[in-house]
Amino acid sequence: MTGAGNSALLSIRHLRKEYRPGQPVLKDISLDIDARGLTAIIGPSGTGKSTLIRCINRLVDPTAGEMLFEGRDLAKLAGAELRAARRRIGMVFQEYNLVERLSVIENVLTGRLGYVPAWRAFLRKFPAADVARAFDLIDAVGLDESFATRRADKLSGGQRQRVGIARALMQAPALILADEPTSSLDPKTSVEIMELMAKMGAERGVPIIVNIHNVELARRYASRIIGMTGGEVVYDGPPEGLADAHLKHIYGGEEFL
Amino acid sequence: MNAAAREWTRFTPGERIARAMLYIVTAIAVVWSIRTIDIIPEFLYDAPEQTADLFRRMWPFDWAFYPKAVHSALIETFHIATLGTILAIVLALPLSFLAARNFTSNPILNLIAQFIFVSSRSVNSLIWALLFVAIFGPGALSGVLSIAFRSIGFVGKLFGEALEEAQQGPIEALTAAGAPRSMLLVKGYWPQVEPAFWSVALLRWDINIRESAVLGLVGAGGIGVALDAALNNLYWDQVGLILAVIFCVVVVTEIVTSTIRSRII
Ligand SMILES: Nc1ncnc2c1ncn2[C@@H]1O[C@H](COP(=O)(O)OP(=O)(O)OP(=O)(O)O)[C@@H](O)[C@H]1O
Ligand SMILES: [Mg+2]
Repeated sequence: MTGAGNSALLSIRHLRKEYRPGQPVLKDISLDIDARGLTAIIGPSGTGKSTLIRCINRLVDPTAGEMLFEGRDLAKLAGAELRAARRRIGMVFQEYNLVERLSVIENVLTGRLGYVPAWRAFLRKFPAADVARAFDLIDAVGLDESFATRRADKLSGGQRQRVGIARALMQAPALILADEPTSSLDPKTSVEIMELMAKMGAERGVPIIVNIHNVELARRYASRIIGMTGGEVVYDGPPEGLADAHLKHIYGGEEFL
Repeated sequence: MNAAAREWTRFTPGERIARAMLYIVTAIAVVWSIRTIDIIPEFLYDAPEQTADLFRRMWPFDWAFYPKAVHSALIETFHIATLGTILAIVLALPLSFLAARNFTSNPILNLIAQFIFVSSRSVNSLIWALLFVAIFGPGALSGVLSIAFRSIGFVGKLFGEALEEAQQGPIEALTAAGAPRSMLLVKGYWPQVEPAFWSVALLRWDINIRESAVLGLVGAGGIGVALDAALNNLYWDQVGLILAVIFCVVVVTEIVTSTIRSRII
């Protein structure tokens, strides 16, 4: 799957990140992400999975390397150009990161903040087409219409994550990043949320990159698994190819198997 | 581990000595200050008598004085407090965004904003009033400005702290969606700090009602002007009336603000 070259949506080349000089968290990562499919990144805690994902949308600034996305190097963008690129990349968070005191629909509409002029957001007058789409998305993620006006802090974790997914889709993204979207949820809800993400991504043709600790869920929903350890990619291939030997290498030891 | 090592005392010997020193210093300070303030015993002995005498002269109040002078002065006091609070908020809001380290990452700007807050807070509103009366002459304008300048530091500091306590998660989510800074402010920070904002504004308005009641003593308008005149003329029945009115107003604003605050939060 790698090396697809110009057909890839996102090409990461020699990405390196050091929070403290001389101590790289990511060491020379090169990856190609295709324009469809769900890619799961697995690896032990502290190995740099979140750092990798956050470099892509520049919540973290990489130390070196390129990230080609829609014809531009994300690593070099700043200001308005960076914001324009971020609009095209949705993000789903472990802690949902909704604005608690806003209603569900307003949270979904915040996905449009990169597009609408400031006065519209200020007066809460979003374009009618955006509002209609927000209602559609709330429905599509499995919340009924009565949720639209409920405040985000009145929802359960699973419901919040559905809102988080709707917000990401509201951006009309070309790529969705998800940093452990199920780690704060119970096992059943985790499956539902993964199912929903995979379905939304497939239906709308949006590729998804997910950091995930649950290897079973990764196998079940991903079309590609990237195993990381010590800031390096040590496995990259389909779920069927991921053997116990790989897991031993990724996580170190075998007691957990 | 032997038994001795398991003994536990609340304070180390050093701490015990420090505490003993503190008690001794406190005792010395009390004795010393009683000596320096030169209490004249005769004045102390007849204080109860004097107080009773004062109250006798105040009662009955000069009710006719209320429509004549007190009412309009009271309204002016309200206006001074309200306008002063609004002006303070307008001036303090941008500064509090500069002071909040999570919103403004430039330490020099943080420091400048904090310096303005401290200067505003360290000067009592009566002193501000003296200053503004000297510049703009006596009247309500000086009152409004002194209330505003005294309140900038209070509002700015508390609101700036509320901003710093805002959760970063939602802000990060909006940043990731490509929202510009103005949007982070409107949709990320503001919803989070809105209750704190109203609570600080109401609290300050409540304090300002009380403060603007005394500004008149230095000529900065409001009910204090009437109080000053009555005191100078030794019209105790008018003084009594004004004090009672101030008391009622303070109680009413207290009730109003605490009711509103409990509704918001
Ligand atoms: N802002 C930061 N400043 C300094 N060091 C950081 C920062 N963020 C992460 N790190 C360090 O970088 C390393 C990788 O962290 P990262 O969060 O990317 O790991 P992770 O693979 O996502 O782990 P987990 O599975 O626990 O979420 C860790 O050693 C962490 O301490
Ligand atoms: Mg992580």
